[in-house]
Parts: sequence; C-alpha cells; structure tokens
Amino acid sequence: MEASRTDEPVLEIRGLVKHFPLTKGILFKKQVGAVRAVDGIDMKLYKGETLGLVGESGCGKSTTARLLMRLDEPTEGQILFHGEDIAQLSGKELKAVRRNIQIVLQDPYSSLNPRMTVGDIVGEPFQIHKDVAPKGSRRKMVQELLEVVGLNPEHIHRYPHQFSGGQRQRIGIARGLALRPEIIICDEPVSALDVSVQAQVINLFEKLQDEFGLSYVFIAHDLSVVRHICDRVSVMYLGKVVETGDEEQIYERPTHPYTQALLSAVPVPDPMVRGHRDQIMLEGDVPSPANPPSGCRFRTRCWKAQSVCAQQEPELIVREALDHPSACHFAAVRQVIDTRILI
Amino acid sequence: MPEPSTTLIKPEDVAGSPLSSGVAADTGRITKPRSLWSDAWHDLRRNPMFIVSAALILLLIIIAAIPGLFTSIDPKFCQLSHYNGGAAPGHPFGFDRQGCDIYSRVIYGARASVTVGILVTSGVVIIGGVIGALAAFYGGWLDSLLSRVTDVFFAIPLLLGAIVFLQAFPYRNIWTVVAAIMLLGWPSVARIMRGAVISVKESDFVTAARALGASDMRILTRHILPNAIAPVIVVATISLGLFIVLEATLSFLGIGLPDTTVSWGGDINAAQSSLRSAPHVLVYPSVALSITVLAFMLLGDAVRDALDPKLR
Amino acid sequence: MTQTEIITTQTPRHQKSPEDVSPRDESSGTVLEVENLHVEFRTRDGVAKAVNGVSFDLRPGETLAVLGESGSGKSVTAQAIMGILDTPPGFVTQGSVRFHGTELLTLPEKERRRYRGEKISMIFQDALSSLNPVYSVGFQIGEMFRVHRGASRRDAKEKAIELMDRVHIPAARQRVNDYPHQFSGGMRQRIMIAIALALDPEIIIADEPTTALDVTVQAQVMQLLADLQAESKMGLILITHDLGVVADVADKIAVMYAGRLIEQAPALDLYASPAHPYTERLLAAIPRVDLKGQELYTIKGIPPNLTDIPDGCSFHPRCPYAEKPICYEQVPALEDVSDGRRSACHFWKETLDGSLANR
Repeated sequence: MEASRTDEPVLEIRGLVKHFPLTKGILFKKQVGAVRAVDGIDMKLYKGETLGLVGESGCGKSTTARLLMRLDEPTEGQILFHGEDIAQLSGKELKAVRRNIQIVLQDPYSSLNPRMTVGDIVGEPFQIHKDVAPKGSRRKMVQELLEVVGLNPEHIHRYPHQFSGGQRQRIGIARGLALRPEIIICDEPVSALDVSVQAQVINLFEKLQDEFGLSYVFIAHDLSVVRHICDRVSVMYLGKVVETGDEEQIYERPTHPYTQALLSAVPVPDPMVRGHRDQIMLEGDVPSPANPPSGCRFRTRCWKAQSVCAQQEPELIVREALDHPSACHFAAVRQVIDTRILI
Repeated sequence: MPEPSTTLIKPEDVAGSPLSSGVAADTGRITKPRSLWSDAWHDLRRNPMFIVSAALILLLIIIAAIPGLFTSIDPKFCQLSHYNGGAAPGHPFGFDRQGCDIYSRVIYGARASVTVGILVTSGVVIIGGVIGALAAFYGGWLDSLLSRVTDVFFAIPLLLGAIVFLQAFPYRNIWTVVAAIMLLGWPSVARIMRGAVISVKESDFVTAARALGASDMRILTRHILPNAIAPVIVVATISLGLFIVLEATLSFLGIGLPDTTVSWGGDINAAQSSLRSAPHVLVYPSVALSITVLAFMLLGDAVRDALDPKLR
Repeated sequence: MTQTEIITTQTPRHQKSPEDVSPRDESSGTVLEVENLHVEFRTRDGVAKAVNGVSFDLRPGETLAVLGESGSGKSVTAQAIMGILDTPPGFVTQGSVRFHGTELLTLPEKERRRYRGEKISMIFQDALSSLNPVYSVGFQIGEMFRVHRGASRRDAKEKAIELMDRVHIPAARQRVNDYPHQFSGGMRQRIMIAIALALDPEIIIADEPTTALDVTVQAQVMQLLADLQAESKMGLILITHDLGVVADVADKIAVMYAGRLIEQAPALDLYASPAHPYTERLLAAIPRVDLKGQELYTIKGIPPNLTDIPDGCSFHPRCPYAEKPICYEQVPALEDVSDGRRSACHFWKETLDGSLANR
C-alpha cells in the first residue's frame, strides 16, 4: 500500500487531459488530429511534501506543470485545490488562486525580464496582487525575500544580466515565494545550472520548504536530483503515469518496465560499478504523442510485451503482491540500482 | 569515494556571504546597476558614426526650430533683379530664379522637412506599432484580419499612393502631406512590431508574469513592449530619412506642400529649368536634403548596431 | 584468450570494465599531444584567458574525459585542437598541438583542413543546430566523401547508407533522403556521429554529446560510441560536466577549472581518492541515484570571471582549505602525484590522504 496519509491532499488531479489540436487550412482551420500531451492522469500532493514528476521528453510533464498553473486550460479533468476545482476557473477567481500556486522555471537566462531591475521583478507580485502588501512596505518585503534566498538585498537595483545563472535562479525563486504560496511547481529548476551551483539551489529549496511549509511538485529529468529531494515520485510516459510511489518504492523496488529502464540508464558517478550494472537498453524511439500505440503505450519498446498489452490498457493500480501502483500487466519488482545507505 | 566527514563544510547558508552577492563582488570590482539601455547608450557614445549624425541632426532641429539664429534674411523677400545671381556678400549661396536668397531658403526649408519627418514617423510608429502588437499578442482571427489589412496597405506603392491620395484633396497643407505618407507608411512598422512581439511572447519571463496573474495590459506594456521595441526604433530612425525624401519628392512633383511654404523639394522643382545656366540654385537645396537624409540613415545604423545583442 | 575476448563473453555489449581501464598499448606512442596550450579572447570588456597552459596526451583507443563546468575552458581547448576557434576574438597565444608528432597549430589552413574530418573529427552538443536543415542527411554524410575523397554522388550515397547502418539508424536506405528535422534527437546525434566517423578518424572529440538528450537515449549513444571505439581503436576525447557519464566510459580524466588543468588521473583513482579540493568538492556536491540520506555539500561562490582570474591558485576564493599566503599568491604547478596522476594544488598530499579536512 502506498504510504497512506490521513490528511487531505492540498492538490489533487483527477483524470487530467490536455489535447493540442492539429489543424489544417489557411483561413478556416479544420482539426485533423490531436497531440495527446496529457491523456488522463491522477495525482495527489500533500502538505509539506515534494512530489517528483519524472519522464523523458514528450511524456507530458511540462504540459502538466502548465495545466497546474492554469497557463493552459485542460481539455478534461479536475484540478482540486483544497477540494475546490480550479480547472475551469477564470478571471478574478483564477487570479486569487494564483496566490497559492506559484512556479519556478527552468531557464535562468530567459525567465527574468532583462529590462526590469531585480527589485521590480521580485516586487511585481505585490503590484499585481495589491492586497498582499501595502505600498510602503513593499520594498522592505522585496529585500527580505532576496535575503531569504541568499542574495544581497542591496542589489535590488541591478539587472538580471549582472548576475550569474545560479543567482538568477534564486531571483526566480524569490519571485515565486513573494505571495507566500502553499504550492510551488518547480519545472526543471536546476537542469540548466552547473553542478556546483545545483547543489546550492537544491539545498535552498529544501531550506525554504522547512521554513515555509511549502509543498512542491518537482519536475525533472535528472533522477539523481529527484531522489535527493522528493518524497514521492510519479513516472510519466507518453501522457500517462505509469508508476507512482514513495522514493524508496520507486528507486529500490521499481515494478514498471519503463521505470526500470529509466533507472538503469542513469549514470552513476562511480567507475567501480562499471560492468556490474543491470543495464536495460531500450530499442527504438518514443512514439508520437499524436498517435500513441493502442493498449499499453510502452509496449512498442518493452521486452515483456505480449498480445494482451496491445488489446488492453493497463490501469494504474496496486497489483498483486506489490506495494505501490503500477500500470503494467506484468509488473514485477526488479532491483536496478544497488542503493547504499549513508548514516 | 571517501564518505563526507563531519568536519567538511556543511550545506552552506549563503545569505549575506560576500561571495554570493553579485558577480562583481567576486572580482573585487564595484559595478553600478547597468540596464540594457544604458549599455546600448554606452556603446553609442563611442561610435563616431553616431556622434557625427547625432550632431548633424541636433543642428538641423535647431535650424528648424529657430531659423532666425542662422539668418536674418526673409526667405520670401525676393528681388527679381537678383535673378539667378551668384554668391554675394551677405548672400553666400546666391539667389534663385525669383531673386530670393538661397541660403535663407535652405535654412527655412529645414523646418518643413524636419516637421514632416518627425510627425510622420511618430504617427507611423503609433499606428503600426499598435496594430502589429495587437495582432501578434492576441493571434487567432484578429491576427489574420490585421495581417491581411497590413498586407493590402503594404502592397500599395508609397509614392504612387501618396500622389493619388493628395490629388483627391482640394487643399494642400502640411497635414494632408503628413496624412498621406502616414497612411501608407505604417505597414512596415506593423510587420516589424508583429515579428518582435511574437518572438518575445514566448519568453519564459512572460510565462512567469502570466503565472503571477498579470493582466494582458500589464504583460503587453511592462514585459513585451520594452523588449520588442528595439527593432522598431531602428526601423523608425531609418524610415525618418525616407519620409523626408518622400515629402521632398511630393513637393517636387508639385502636389506636396503649397508654394507658399518654403521647402527644399519645392525649391528643387523650381530650379530644374536653370540647371544648366545656374546650377547653384539646384545644388544647395539638394545637398541640404541629401545631408539630412544621410544623417538619419547613419543614426539608424548606429542605433541598430548598439541595440543588436548579437553584435555585442 | 586476449583481454578483449574475455570481456565480450562476460558482457554481451562492450563495456569498459574497471579491469581494462588502463589504455591498451596497441601501437606505441601517443596519437595526440597537447602541450602548454594558451588561448585568449580579446573582447571589449578585457582579455578573457580561456585556456591557461593545458597539457595532455591521448593514446590509440583511449578515452580521455575533460571535465569542467561552464567557463572552465574545456570547449575552447577542443576548438583550438580542431582549429575551429573563432579568430578573432579568440587567439592561440602559446603552446603546441601535435598529431603523431606533426605540429598542427602552425600548419597553413589548407593543410589543417586535411586533418579536420579525416584524422580528428568532432561532434557537438546540439545536433539540430549542427546539421544543416536544408540538406538531406544522406547528402551531409556523403559530403565528407565527396569533398575529401572525391567520390561520386552515387558512391557517396552508398557510403552514407553504410554509415547510417553502422550507427544503428533503422531503415537507413529508406531514410537516407530525409531531413534532420524528421529524426528524433537521439537519431540526429547518431547522424552527427556518422558524419564524424565517415573518414575513419583516429580521434573523435565529443563536446557534450549527450547533454541535450534524454537519459535512455544518452545511454544508447554512449554505448554506440564505446562500440565504435572498440571496433576501430579510435581515441575519444569526451568533453562534459557530467560526472556520471564520465565514470561510465573514461579511462583517464582531466579536470579543468578557470582554463587550467588542475587534476589528471585514471578514472578509478579520481573518484576513489581525488587529489585536488575542487574535484573532491565536486564529487561531494552531486546527488547520486544510488545513495540514500545524502547531504549535498556545496562549493560556495561561483566560477571566476575569465577576464579577472584570481591571483595565486584560481580556486582559492572558493576553496575551504585555502591558506594564506601560499594559495593566495602562488600559482600551484601541475605536479606528479604518482604514475599517470597529476594535481595542481599546494596541498595535494593532504587532500589525497584525507588529512586536509582536519587541519
């Protein structure tokens, strides 16, 4: 059984779907198909926890982030924030919700307006949501935010290009924190940073979570980072969640073939493991999300595929003798990583 | 790999650490806040092309605004006895066909050209800019509609269209001329603005602003326009020169500014017949026109170089 | 049985297991020697010293990983070796690059071009922007043969198909006329490898070849490179910042910081016992997929601005063990630690035996 919590999730997704229409025609466009970027996913996020969303390109994790932020409107499905569906909200109500769910983006070089000062960037949330901070105190709040993320508050008048990548990412985090949200969606927040800087920002995320009681949806393709920071993980493939569980279950007892292949491909910075790893090489390419395979979407690359896989789509449920949900007819534990535990 | 021992540095709280505070602190140099505009200005100041053209344009504007500073002779005071006269004391450029002092007419003629240039450019930037920005920002059917309208106007040749437009008006004054050129000059600006807005629209910082709940107006004015305006500025500066030529051409053709207004184009027209006998009558207004246009072209080039991030 | 045969029976795909980490002595001598290379960039903001005295060599069949973060000078080094440095603003101010003894830096461009592609080839990070979008992939691969070997278009095409097969692009014959955008990221990278391989070079330089790829595709591409290397005894210089990828494939590793080579060691030794604080700190800063309960130790500060490299040891502002005055004033020389190991630190002995932390 997935570690069950008795409290209500702060965020819950039910049957979320996003199809991007493919159209043809110059003046009057006709729909000829759809890119099924997210094709029915369920997720729960609890208070104070970090939920990791992993998968490779085309799996739909970035689209999911945008849907959670209501930057795009879902085609179907519910997004429940404290039980209230925000999927179809608009106008003032949507704006109010935005105070509670914020985002940190991937690219530190393009996520800050190059023509605004850092003070303006971090202070903009207060200008948009005027009731959060009275005018006189805004400057002080901006300086406090800069300090909290480890930047010098005296640099409030500087421009983004005068900072390094890691520092810019901190500015982005400060901006995300300004409205004191409950949830922060982190879309690949450390992927574009140097290794030594990544560690600083990861530690910052953890510190902020402890200090402010934040819940994170952490989207990343780097499974090592995800293991480090996430409490629970959902693995996505071609718009569907194929496996979900807590960090230990996913990394030490993965049951879905895709998860196992993904984990086996993660490079380990230790030459001693060479030749001793269970390396699963997947054949072929990811199918197009406009035309996913029938039944189980992973079957075209899966070594366990049988005829039932093409006929029946496996549900994400807890299967016999396993302890967490997996969407595979032949789900079975295969230990791919030899975990060492540090005291 | 050695296990991290307890005496190694702990996960650092970097708040306030001098090494974390701004790139400059690491190198020991103190830097002031530098916006991208001030960077561009810094480059511009060192560009000789900019200095020369800016000085020329400044001179022109002063001439246009206060011609009395440069000459005390009335450009409309003409004595036929001086018909096509050469240079004389107090009259460095000589006299034209009607006996008017050419130097004074060149000075006073600047006003017409500069005024038309500035008015048209401002109008074109506003109309074209708004249309282009809205088309790009909202996309969809609005974009299709506005783009097709832009294309239609774009297809009409500027000079020809202006001539036709002006023919339709019984009165000729500076406003009709300005309107004629503006009406047909806005599509290029619209296109440039549209392209710029489309590329900026996709930026992450715009996404971030939306995520904060910013309104469309806020996103357009605070985020998109400041980042999209650079190519528009370049085009506007260069076009200014072209608009001045256009006005001169229209006046030359006799359908621009009325004869009562002193203009270079009008003077060039009048000087045609004396080209062989008294070339100086033609030369001075033409050279003045050319220098003006050149100054704006050079300015536009310099501004483009300064604003182009790739050339940095 | 020779060393090679033992390995292929144990692991179905060629894996560089720890036993054969030391380079095989197939032919005597080194293929490539880089000595004391210095590269500067003259910009309006000053002179950026991108490479400051880098030396290393490469033997046939060996894999050298050049490890470093942004601004370390690793890509610039590769470009200087290939002779594709943007000049201006980049200038090679000192040093030598010798290929089988022939000095490359002083060769006239025409001669240099003969080495580029034929003897030393390069693959880049982003295949989509490195491939020309308006020519078919077959054309681009075939170009190598048409230009360097004077092959006819038909022959070049046949060769292109052969190469596409060799890099495991399925349905090569049918896809030879397709355009780069019609392939996935991993496939495009294979096409780049095919182009690089076309003329059987002795060395391939791979500049962050898998950074832009998904992890499963990354594994495929790295495996491909390893297989090809085994087949043709090609030398591989792998430039990357990814310590995980390096651990998998490298024989020896050169760590660069602020344009200098600060540590060089065989792969096993570097991870097991680093001899430079930067390497040690870097290893402690990366999250690992196989460790639980890990704390990430950060390196404070940021890499230096290359126009203003700190005096003394360029790492001293960020080094937790930096001591006055020596680290602040004296540039540490690259000293021999042991056979095949070098380190540029005044305190490499203490770093090595772990006593540095306790001072």
